[in-house]
Amino acid sequence: MATKRQEQTKLIEKLSKKKDKDGQCHFQKPEIEKLIMMFNKYVEGSTHNKLDRLKFRDLLHDMFGMTDDILMDRVFRAYDRDNDNFLNHDEWVMGLSIFLRGTLEEKTKFCFNVYDLNGDGYISREEMFQLLKNSLIKQPTEEDPDEGIKEMVELVLKKMDHDHDSRLSYTDFESTVKEESLLLEAFGPCLPSPEVILLKLDFPSILPVFDFADCISESWYYWYIISVTSLFR
Amino acid sequence: MGQALQRAAQWTSAKGGSGGKLEFTKLNEELLNTIIQWIEGFGAKYPEEAKLNFKSPLTWPSSLRADMLSGAGYTEKGEEVVSEAQNDKGDHPLLVLKKSGSQDYMISILSLEYAEAVLRLASDKKLSEVRSCLEANRDPVVNMLGDRFATVEGDDNSIFRFIEEITKEIETLAKQSVSAENEGNTEKQGEIEMKKSQLKLRLQLLRLDQQLLNQSIVSITKDVRLTPVSVDGEVSILKDLSGEGDDKCVLDSIEYFGDGYIFKNGCRAQPWRQLHGDICYLIVKPRDGDTMYITANTSGYYLNNGLDPVKAGELNYTKVGDSYKDLVTLLKDKSPRFGELIDKQEFALKVRDRDHDHAVDHGGETRSYTEEDDYTHRTATKHQEKKDKDQKEDKQKQNATKKKKLSPSLKWKALGMEEYNEDEKKDKEKRILKKKRTPTQLKSKTPMGGEDSFSESSTESEEEEESIERRSETNADLPSEYWQIQKLVKYLKGGNQTATIIALCSMRDFNLAQETCQLAIRDVGGLEVLINLLDTEEIKCKIGSLKILKEISRNTQIRRAIADLGGLQTMVKILRDLDKDLKCLAAETIANVAKFRRARRTVRQHGGIKKLVGLLDCPNVQGTLTPDMEKDVEVARCGALALWSCSKSKKNKEAMRKAGAIPLLAKLLKSTHENMLIPVVGTLQECASEPSYRLAIRTEGMIEDLVKNLNSSNQELQMHCASAIFKCAEEKETRDLVRQYGGLDPLVALLASNSNKELLAAATGAIWKCSISAENVKRFQELKAIDLLVALLNDQPEEVLVNVVGALGELAKDPPNRAQIRKAGGISPLVNLLTGTNQALLVNVTKAVGQCAEEQDNMAIIDKLDGVRLLWSLLKNHNPEVQASAAWAICPCIENAKTDDKLQRHLAEAIARCCNWGNNRVAFGREKAVAPLVHYLKKNDEMVHRSTARALFQLSKDPENCITMHEAGAVQPLMKMVGSVNEDLQESAAGCIGNIRRLALANEKARYS
Repeated sequence: MATKRQEQTKLIEKLSKKKDKDGQCHFQKPEIEKLIMMFNKYVEGSTHNKLDRLKFRDLLHDMFGMTDDILMDRVFRAYDRDNDNFLNHDEWVMGLSIFLRGTLEEKTKFCFNVYDLNGDGYISREEMFQLLKNSLIKQPTEEDPDEGIKEMVELVLKKMDHDHDSRLSYTDFESTVKEESLLLEAFGPCLPSPEVILLKLDFPSILPVFDFADCISESWYYWYIISVTSLFR
Repeated sequence: MGQALQRAAQWTSAKGGSGGKLEFTKLNEELLNTIIQWIEGFGAKYPEEAKLNFKSPLTWPSSLRADMLSGAGYTEKGEEVVSEAQNDKGDHPLLVLKKSGSQDYMISILSLEYAEAVLRLASDKKLSEVRSCLEANRDPVVNMLGDRFATVEGDDNSIFRFIEEITKEIETLAKQSVSAENEGNTEKQGEIEMKKSQLKLRLQLLRLDQQLLNQSIVSITKDVRLTPVSVDGEVSILKDLSGEGDDKCVLDSIEYFGDGYIFKNGCRAQPWRQLHGDICYLIVKPRDGDTMYITANTSGYYLNNGLDPVKAGELNYTKVGDSYKDLVTLLKDKSPRFGELIDKQEFALKVRDRDHDHAVDHGGETRSYTEEDDYTHRTATKHQEKKDKDQKEDKQKQNATKKKKLSPSLKWKALGMEEYNEDEKKDKEKRILKKKRTPTQLKSKTPMGGEDSFSESSTESEEEEESIERRSETNADLPSEYWQIQKLVKYLKGGNQTATIIALCSMRDFNLAQETCQLAIRDVGGLEVLINLLDTEEIKCKIGSLKILKEISRNTQIRRAIADLGGLQTMVKILRDLDKDLKCLAAETIANVAKFRRARRTVRQHGGIKKLVGLLDCPNVQGTLTPDMEKDVEVARCGALALWSCSKSKKNKEAMRKAGAIPLLAKLLKSTHENMLIPVVGTLQECASEPSYRLAIRTEGMIEDLVKNLNSSNQELQMHCASAIFKCAEEKETRDLVRQYGGLDPLVALLASNSNKELLAAATGAIWKCSISAENVKRFQELKAIDLLVALLNDQPEEVLVNVVGALGELAKDPPNRAQIRKAGGISPLVNLLTGTNQALLVNVTKAVGQCAEEQDNMAIIDKLDGVRLLWSLLKNHNPEVQASAAWAICPCIENAKTDDKLQRHLAEAIARCCNWGNNRVAFGREKAVAPLVHYLKKNDEMVHRSTARALFQLSKDPENCITMHEAGAVQPLMKMVGSVNEDLQESAAGCIGNIRRLALANEKARYS
């Protein structure tokens, strides 16, 4: 038991000081501590003390209101840096760091990774089509129901493909987002909505929310209001 | 009505089918309205036919609810509500309302009487009821009268067959009744009667059908008719794109056929051909194929048979092939090479555009309306619009507008027309400014006006005119932007958040400053969607939408549309949002929209002023700021921008004050950033029309900052500061403060800014008001302001002149300055200005001339320049203030004109005549003209006596003047004059004495009773 606690303290220490090529952790020590507590709670009873994909997806859905299966999977992938199909402590904290407190650059990178479905470093026409295919209400009168989606893809390319190679490189994506931050989540929501971001500013106050993940509604709003009012009083 | 519904009405899915819907188009709506009118009047006009039972019921999903049918005549039967009235056979109620889902009802009716009843019940949902009925019953005639009357293509003989049938039956019946009275007869009779009313109903329906078809034809034909101007427009552009052997050219040549004579109506075709609708004929040599002969007819372009082999110089006018609504389409169809080239040409034209503009000047002989012609022509008409509304001119103007919309290349439109529109707009604005300034300025800039003299000074002048729709109704030649934007709006409507954001960002890639795009967004229903997005929860969508609205709301038509769609209310709500970017955007958009009165009122009525004032509250405006603090400053700046627009209404000024805007503005005024200071000072300047603000500006210490910013390098800021000082310096304390803070020097320095007239007007205005204080006059003397001001008397707009002359008038109250004005050469231009018409200017000029006339040397010049006569003539001015100040100005002239008998005579004469206008009589008295006049009586010239007596008689009608006369010893000489031989003199003298006497008597009576 004692070693476990020591281990944890060490981990927290390591994370709070982390600042390397993989990025920087934006949480304070006590916050990291709480996040790890939460993590432990979630993985309780699982085989190797790691968060699996399904559980993580539930979490994304309940906490951040995400609904798109493809994107939730992709977000999981982006969290899962070692590609072992599970999230460990590090990945959990670092992922949330970007999610809730990330700089624009970190988020841009994160979103690009989410949208680059096959991980080849480019978002291709086909990937865009895949990502956007549910974004329009199907018009029964149209001859080709995919017509609209295809046009959307062309619109996006026109807007973002600066080097005209019919696909988006990270440079394309980054420069577009710098110019127009609305396009950060151009292919679907994969970050917490701004309302949730407001919460990050008062992070400890939402921790209890995590504990009540199963019955969020009431307490969630309660804490939401508290954090918002404390901000804008 | 079957034919009309099949042909004229616009259905969504291409051909028939049960699922078709009536599109929401104007045409359909008109058709539906006609049908409603027809049904509504039917029962009263044709009671019998209205009661006729349908063959099968008309059934449709209805918006009526069971509880709406609760009245008499209806009973409830479980899930249904039915009418008590039954059909003729007595087995089916005439109306059934049946529940078909939890919220849905199906209604079926069996007679037109009940159709009318349904419409009555539906009240405001009439249109949707009829729509839904027709969608469910594509051929209602069949339901009403049976299959035999189904709408068919081609000849419809059903009605004739029916008539034959009826007549045959009547005949047989007649035969039978002759032969024997059998019992079946009455029944047969009834059947025939019913058939007759069926026939009548059928005829009525046919009539309706015809009416509907006619109606739709009228609205359809509006779209395609060509006019000579539209043809000329197309031809002239194609001409520019033609040339032999040049690869950039789409045609070898295009020419008009004939001798080039243009008839008055713009047609080139011979008059007898014009009767057929021909406008002109074109000879087109394409890059491929043979020469084509094309007829431009009002119904469209089509090929004709070419040169007539028999008659030289004539064409064989027979139509060959289809007609086309525009020339380009025809040519594309006939010449594939043309089609290829015209697609490329868009780029070529763009490149050539600039050269082309110049070319127009030289080679415009055959082109009837070139851009520049248009422009000069328009400005010309604008200027004389009022004087001659000659029909021809009007027509040309119209034509010019039409040509604009018919130019086929959008690039053309984008590059050329845009600038020209701008110019036109400016021109228009200027006109409005001029038109509206005159009366308000008089009100605002004369010191006599009293406390409230500024009330809405700039309000009126900057108010927008109700914008005139300058766009065409036809959509013959819409630019490609239009279709692209339409597509984007479709995605906005039918997409989730992701698609919406993409569409919004793509829309911003269009040139939103361009009117084509602005109006396209409106015309395809984009404004509604953008405004709806503001009501969603998605911050990103709101931001994206506002970014677009902010740009396009620079257009006056868009502003009005936004206000009409309730956009302001939503934006006011957003001002309370937590997201600062969102707040900024909403405030900036409000700043754009609230440029007209109704919008400003809406903002106020929805609590917008309070919220906007709330935005001003930012903790730090100076020093080094963190990014977060900078955001707050930006929010405050946007708030100030919106308030600036809103502050043009008096009630808003009041609301702003109550919401505590003044201390917040005072704080923001400490900022060092021009982009913050301009809206803040702009708002203050606007509000300074209110005495309460003037007081606050002084007591909150804002004068110091205003003076400080007079030294800014930004002319707009300087202008607003000077303008604020202009308004505030009505009060003495403020004038002193301006001097104390060293504001007079920069004001005088601004007199050199001759190129910026607005700035000049504001600076001279401030100098005018400041020079009311004697101490300030001294400083102005030191700064040699008089010489600078006199230099401005020539060649300045009236707005500047009013203030310059006002300032000179004030300065001339100090005697040494009068001489200075003369030395600087100011007397002559001042006297010249007496001939003007601007009321505000005249008030100031007469005052200034009056002040100058106090000095003998000046008087000599004024007299030499005929200034006294000009002053007399102003006594006849219809504006009482001009009269008063003219009268006042004449007084020193009377005193100083001692030497010349003739001048005295005329002066007295003038006064005599002027007394009858307005309050001149009192004014002369107040300005001390009476006593000097009495002295004229001591002259020896009888002519002077005569005029003077007449003047005194007129003046004696005012009791105050009687007292003055009496005191000046007028009675004695007047008594002598009563004995004169001249009857005229006798009469006036006696009348005057009479008036004086009467006053004395009344006085005594009052004393003793």
